[in-house]
Amino acid sequence: MRRASFGWWLLILPAFLLLLGFYVAPIVKVLLISFTDPEPGLQNYERLFTSASVQRVILTTLRICLITTALALLLGYALAYAITKASPQAKRWWLLAVLVPLWISVLVRAFAWVTLLRRQGLVNNTLMEIGIIQEPLQLVWNELGIIIGMVHYMVPFAVLPMLASMQEIDPRLLAAARGLGASRREVFLRVFLPLSKPGVIAAAVLVFIFSLGFYITPAILGGGKTLMVAEWISLQILDLIRWGLGTMMATMLVLTILVTLAIFSRLVNLKRVFGMGG
Amino acid sequence: MSEAAGHALQIRGLTKRYGDFTAVDSVSLDIERGEFLTLLGPSGSGKTTILMAVAGFVLPNEGSILLDGNDITALPPERRNFGMVFQGYALFPHMSVAENVAFPLRVRGLSRAARDEKVRAALDLVQLSSFAERLPRQLSGGQQQRVALARALVFDPALLLLDEPLSALDKKLRAELQEELKSLHRRVGRTFINVTHDQEEALSLSDRIAILNHGRLIQHGPAAFLYENPRTRFVADFLGKSNFIQANITRREDHHVILRVGDTELRQYAMAIPGNTETVLLSLRPERIRLLKPGEGAENEVEAHIRSWSYLGSGFSIVAGLAGIGDIRVNAPANHAHEALRDGAPIRLGWDADAAKPVQEDT
Repeated sequence: MRRASFGWWLLILPAFLLLLGFYVAPIVKVLLISFTDPEPGLQNYERLFTSASVQRVILTTLRICLITTALALLLGYALAYAITKASPQAKRWWLLAVLVPLWISVLVRAFAWVTLLRRQGLVNNTLMEIGIIQEPLQLVWNELGIIIGMVHYMVPFAVLPMLASMQEIDPRLLAAARGLGASRREVFLRVFLPLSKPGVIAAAVLVFIFSLGFYITPAILGGGKTLMVAEWISLQILDLIRWGLGTMMATMLVLTILVTLAIFSRLVNLKRVFGMGG
Repeated sequence: MSEAAGHALQIRGLTKRYGDFTAVDSVSLDIERGEFLTLLGPSGSGKTTILMAVAGFVLPNEGSILLDGNDITALPPERRNFGMVFQGYALFPHMSVAENVAFPLRVRGLSRAARDEKVRAALDLVQLSSFAERLPRQLSGGQQQRVALARALVFDPALLLLDEPLSALDKKLRAELQEELKSLHRRVGRTFINVTHDQEEALSLSDRIAILNHGRLIQHGPAAFLYENPRTRFVADFLGKSNFIQANITRREDHHVILRVGDTELRQYAMAIPGNTETVLLSLRPERIRLLKPGEGAENEVEAHIRSWSYLGSGFSIVAGLAGIGDIRVNAPANHAHEALRDGAPIRLGWDADAAKPVQEDT
């Protein structure tokens, strides 16, 4: 047994070495800059506690990510629920509708949102013509714009794990609950919702982690006024040439993601969530 | 305990169609208070659809369902107050045994104290008190089945509906749980409606059996009566095993008719044979045929030879070839001298004039 499994490991060794040499090593090397630039020490990390602007970026990012995750989960849950209950034929169309946005460039989607949401955009113009508002609403180039764009991007990622989880629920359990006297609402709250929980947790973690490192959508829809971590890092490194500070934030980002995953793996079986069975 | 605890159910002209397919075809059936009724039929016979209509999960196209005279046809399942044991039990995997059993009480808004007491009593009833905190997946199939029963009975339902309750269990456990289910029925005194395709289960459990085929109710009655008096070929064949003999009526005597099959003459009680027919289809149970010893006589005697035989422990199953009639299955008791049982050996078979029953060809 031991020898056989060692043989299997040999098969993935080339891929592992490639990843180690060309992916992990450079990242570690870049992250290590945070301890050496501009001079060796922890002064970059000190900024976490002393610099108001560093703290503001972190808080803004966390707030946007939490709101995005919550909204994407809410919308995604409703969608996944509708897809679960749909007829097999309708189900295919629903799934297509969920997946198609994933194939469209994130850049195109961000600019499309700008067109819709800007002062003379479709949304504002329509609302003003109907007479609901007198002045155009500030829908873009702020946190609201970022959240709209990010939720739109994240909903499919929220739908898929929750859908997988919901489709595993035995419909007989729902019938049994009704037969035992539960109203539709109680069936949902006491049976369906608890049984779909693994999917919800998986979706939450997936969307949250994904949101943390978002760059293009916040950069375009935030209009440079609301900074999230990824854009801030790029600003430090590319514009201000402060490698130490930028890589410090990158290290924090990687750490946050790893910690989130660690907590998550305690909550649910990671292998099952990512479709590896077992 | 008391007859009053049960409720009576009337099914009137129930019809359910799915597109062109008629799953249930105008079935009418009365189920009495405290009765254990089994809907028996092969798959696709409509038995489960009827149960689901009674439970409220299927809305029939025609007909009605009445509980103690009140029409409940369109009432949603959660307002019918029927206990149900689902195929595969449908225990909630995220709840402990106690929480599963407490579920129907919880949705009815009972207080915690009242719930706990009833859950304890229900688990005592099925002898699972010590498993209250386990999860369903930590239980054996038989234990899960008993949890499902406790959950279906804990809220004092008007009816208990059982959908193939024993089909997931192995043979030995099935026999044990049949006994348990029967004694449970006696103790709680409620009306039970059971669905199964297993004729042995139906015979051993039920006060009354309703046999269905292709969505139609073919015959219903007490188990022993149905077994002894099948109305059609299907009933005789589905409930136990049977031989079928197509015979011509040659003449009628006082209480008998004389039949002819090929060169063989048979005597048969005239009861239940209409006076105006010339042919009759007889159903003859294998256990009603005797292997005749030399010199032994019977009202019907035929010469045959053994085509094949097998030893069953409790007896022998013999397939005998009869000239002009064909193959006939015979069950012989184990005390028969089996050295005489050789393939091809000649034997004499005998049966009484009332052993065979006339049945109708299926329509």
